[in-house]
Amino acid sequence: MTTERIVLRFPKELADKPIVVNLVRKFDLDFNILKATITPDEEGVMVLELSGEEESFAKGIAYLKELGVKIQPLSQDVIWLEEKCVHCGYCVNFCPAKALNRDPESFLVSFDSQKCTACGICVEICPYSAMEMKIFV
Amino acid sequence: MAKTIEEINEKIRQGKAVVVTAEEMIGIVKEKGVEKAAKEVDVVTTGTFGVMCSSGIYFNIGHTKPRIKLGGGKVYLNGVPAYAAYSAADLFLGATALPDDDPRNKYYPGEFPYGGGHVIEELIAGKDIRITAQAYGTDCYPKKSLDAYINIHNLNEAMLFNVRNAYQNYNVAVNSSDKAIYTYLGMLKPRFGNANYSSAGQLSPLLNDPYYKTIGIGTRIFLGGGMGYVIWHGTQHDPGAERTERGIPKVGAGTLAVIGDLKQMNPEWIRGVSVKGYGASLAVGIGIPIPILNEEMAFYTSVSDEEIYAPIVDYATAYPNREPDIITYVTYKELRSGEIEVLGKKIPTNSLSSYPKAKKIAETLKSWIQEGSFLMTSPSVPLPGPESGIKFKPFSGREILEEVEKK
Repeated sequence: MTTERIVLRFPKELADKPIVVNLVRKFDLDFNILKATITPDEEGVMVLELSGEEESFAKGIAYLKELGVKIQPLSQDVIWLEEKCVHCGYCVNFCPAKALNRDPESFLVSFDSQKCTACGICVEICPYSAMEMKIFV
Repeated sequence: MAKTIEEINEKIRQGKAVVVTAEEMIGIVKEKGVEKAAKEVDVVTTGTFGVMCSSGIYFNIGHTKPRIKLGGGKVYLNGVPAYAAYSAADLFLGATALPDDDPRNKYYPGEFPYGGGHVIEELIAGKDIRITAQAYGTDCYPKKSLDAYINIHNLNEAMLFNVRNAYQNYNVAVNSSDKAIYTYLGMLKPRFGNANYSSAGQLSPLLNDPYYKTIGIGTRIFLGGGMGYVIWHGTQHDPGAERTERGIPKVGAGTLAVIGDLKQMNPEWIRGVSVKGYGASLAVGIGIPIPILNEEMAFYTSVSDEEIYAPIVDYATAYPNREPDIITYVTYKELRSGEIEVLGKKIPTNSLSSYPKAKKIAETLKSWIQEGSFLMTSPSVPLPGPESGIKFKPFSGREILEEVEKK
């Protein structure tokens, strides 16, 4: 069984195709949509948690690539700029995935990119611009 | 037995002074008692790092050739408007200034990515700042426009000058409404979805000297990474606010006006901030050493988060309408645990001030004093205390609209 969080980018011409549902029908994969949006230039961006048997998983990814969907692992998408972080901890309770944490003793903030679902709330609210979203750049 | 500032300074010069942080003092007093702690400890250092809006800088750019009189003209620094109503070459830049073309909250909630605070941070970091100016020209100052890069190293005087910093305690903000709101205390989720606070609590300067017995005009402090001074009580200073039995204000009370040489400062301690839906501002690091002159000061500096109460205020209704309502009080210990209970509901808490940075400021100040590079000062005038009768008055101007309606 393989589970991965990935970012899919759909070119304009694929926006109306039933691609994700085919992942389930053809390859028996489970998915959980963490985020879906259309960029101003009409590219679709979707953050998926995808899981299934290893072989079907690989086939599913190959199917997406064949269609022209760009795939990248999710962990690269939200970046914690530690040198900009002042460890106020403001972001911690806003993070729905508990990827941002605060040590109960030292009150120092830490970021676990593996848990991050790239929802972007931390990027929006951090007063010190210490969180950066790479999806939209 | 009481000590004097001079005696403490003599110990500092000899490298014999006992200096501890306000956090360390809690345990010392708990273990040894006030009497022994007062004898052993000479100085307690405090610290706070948070967004302090009433901050700004003034500086002198030197005279251009031919001369230009900026006073009465228009001046921008990296596109952010500066105050140019002094004479020829002096400017003031406030932390919350915004470029004329910033959309503000037109696209709500606004992002405020760049403002006065960011210019201040970049100036301190040694980056070139573009100054553009229009002036009206006089016989003695003929030049009418300026477009140039300036740098902190080439300025004459450059001072951080904050009229209200280091608030002694502060509100905890919640939101009772059905939609998210964006305040200077951050984003507040609907229906009491979170509670935001901003104080260093037990490390905060004025909470360790609640009656301003040692802090006053002329007190030397850590300001933005350099040495600065308290120059007055801050605006909205409200020493008569309600206090607990041990003298700790239960709401925002005392404030400080401070000044310091910008050229000594470091962007680690002076940071531009963007508060979504609210505006741009400046985060400031301040630390104040408190001389342990007697047992009373040992007692005050031993205050801990569980003894400091903060008021919970509804920023959807009470705050914007200036209603005095306080929902309840919670301690900073509860706030720092990450969850408080308000009206029977468990609410996650978010801090806007940085406790780790406050701690690092107190530790830095401690090492400066231990090294002998920072001496204690006797204030020339104490800050006004509760006995002064000074009160933070609400606006009492006569609004014109009201008069017209009456007629």
